[in-house]
Amino acid sequence: MKFQGYRRSNGSIGVRNHVLVFPTTVCASTVAQMISREVPGTVAVAHPHGCGHLGEEREYMVRTMAGFCGSPNVAGVLLVGLGCELLTPELITEELHKTGQRLETVSIQAVGGTTKAITKGSELARKLCEEAAIAKRQPVDAFELILGTHCGGSDTLSGLTANPSLGAASDLLVAAGGTVIISETPEMLGAEHVLARRAVNDEVGKRIWEITAATEANMKSAGFNVLGSEPSPGNIEGGLTTLEEKSLGAIRKGGTSAVMQVVEYAEKPLQKGLVIMDGPAHDIASDTGMIAAGAQVIVFTTGRGTPIGAPVTPVIKVSSNNVLYQNMRENMDINAGVILDGKESIQSVGERIFKEIIDAASGKLTRAEILGHNEFAIPTIYSTV
Amino acid sequence: MPQGVIVIDRKDNVATALCQLEQGSSIRVETEDYTVDVTLSQAIPFGHKFALKDIEPGEPIMKYGEVVGLATSKIMKGEHTHIHNVKGLKGKEDK
Repeated sequence: MKFQGYRRSNGSIGVRNHVLVFPTTVCASTVAQMISREVPGTVAVAHPHGCGHLGEEREYMVRTMAGFCGSPNVAGVLLVGLGCELLTPELITEELHKTGQRLETVSIQAVGGTTKAITKGSELARKLCEEAAIAKRQPVDAFELILGTHCGGSDTLSGLTANPSLGAASDLLVAAGGTVIISETPEMLGAEHVLARRAVNDEVGKRIWEITAATEANMKSAGFNVLGSEPSPGNIEGGLTTLEEKSLGAIRKGGTSAVMQVVEYAEKPLQKGLVIMDGPAHDIASDTGMIAAGAQVIVFTTGRGTPIGAPVTPVIKVSSNNVLYQNMRENMDINAGVILDGKESIQSVGERIFKEIIDAASGKLTRAEILGHNEFAIPTIYSTV
Repeated sequence: MPQGVIVIDRKDNVATALCQLEQGSSIRVETEDYTVDVTLSQAIPFGHKFALKDIEPGEPIMKYGEVVGLATSKIMKGEHTHIHNVKGLKGKEDK
């Protein structure tokens, strides 16, 4: 199985050819967007981070920003800084140089204000666009793909139609030699023993128990006792009997293969096959972390309907039911609700999702891309100082 | 698979209703491996489960090919399978 991708000079494979304008601090977010407006063909991100991060949070902010800017879907990145921030363009540059990413930087204080930063930044962004325009798609094996998976705005049918179908597609990609990431550690609680049993070795199994125990403890410290309160009364009314059943419906989106590795939030997997990322349930923060970990494509299942996309990555939306598919048709790429009519099996929808992944990787725009969705978020651990 | 019912995994001993199913209705459940005819002894609401075979007390309830709980009483084929006759192994610590 092959798709048409961009082979980067560092050996990584992109499925898009974006020029990204990325502020390393909140104070540069507006300037980054103004630069992007001046230069067609660029995409900008805005975020509230970059200053005052403590300890572990500082480390993973750097890892996430560098990972995101170093996505193989990014042909070149313009880092926009202020000058007095904690996470300077230089700090991110240091990380990015390790991956060989093409980059330029501009700092607002150094060039003398907003207008000059826009002029200088636009000039640099245009240069990156000219270089990016040379890249050509070529046939690449599907085993080069890293797929991120997420379910958000779930309904009763998410665990019955959309997630099992995505699971079938995940199994197909793993069989083709590719990589699938499941994240959302809070949703694994109750099914951790199933995941641990599927671990490739004891060390990976132990890590699964560690990340789920830590998440459970974190939730408890915030006053929420998962094991004591799930499934919720609403879940029970909807037909879910036990926490195991609820969690299995969520993790099914990763398919049924062995768990090869557990990675931190935004950490790149070293193994192919099914990989667990220790990440939040927050839809956009989860996607951002998987993209920073190297995912070139994301498949997102939903029952209530959420429109979100990502700045440099195709996000394929799978609807769990027919009502949503009709109601938010412009946002949905695939309807797993056809399973309800008995028209198609889980396996058959899974094969269609797999084909959609290959098509999106070859350049077919997803609905979220056509609509211009480019959400971005990084989770925080501590309040900033 | 006929309209209205889904079995996720071949190891499962319960099916899930994809619409409201009436008491007394006969349902043919077809999977890749087997076909089973079930008469529903109760109405099964949308999203709820019913047994595909007789399940003894203490026997595992299988869905997604995994154990999602244990039967707390005998569950007859075609019977509503939910919190009144199934206990999870995790969750609801106070239960």
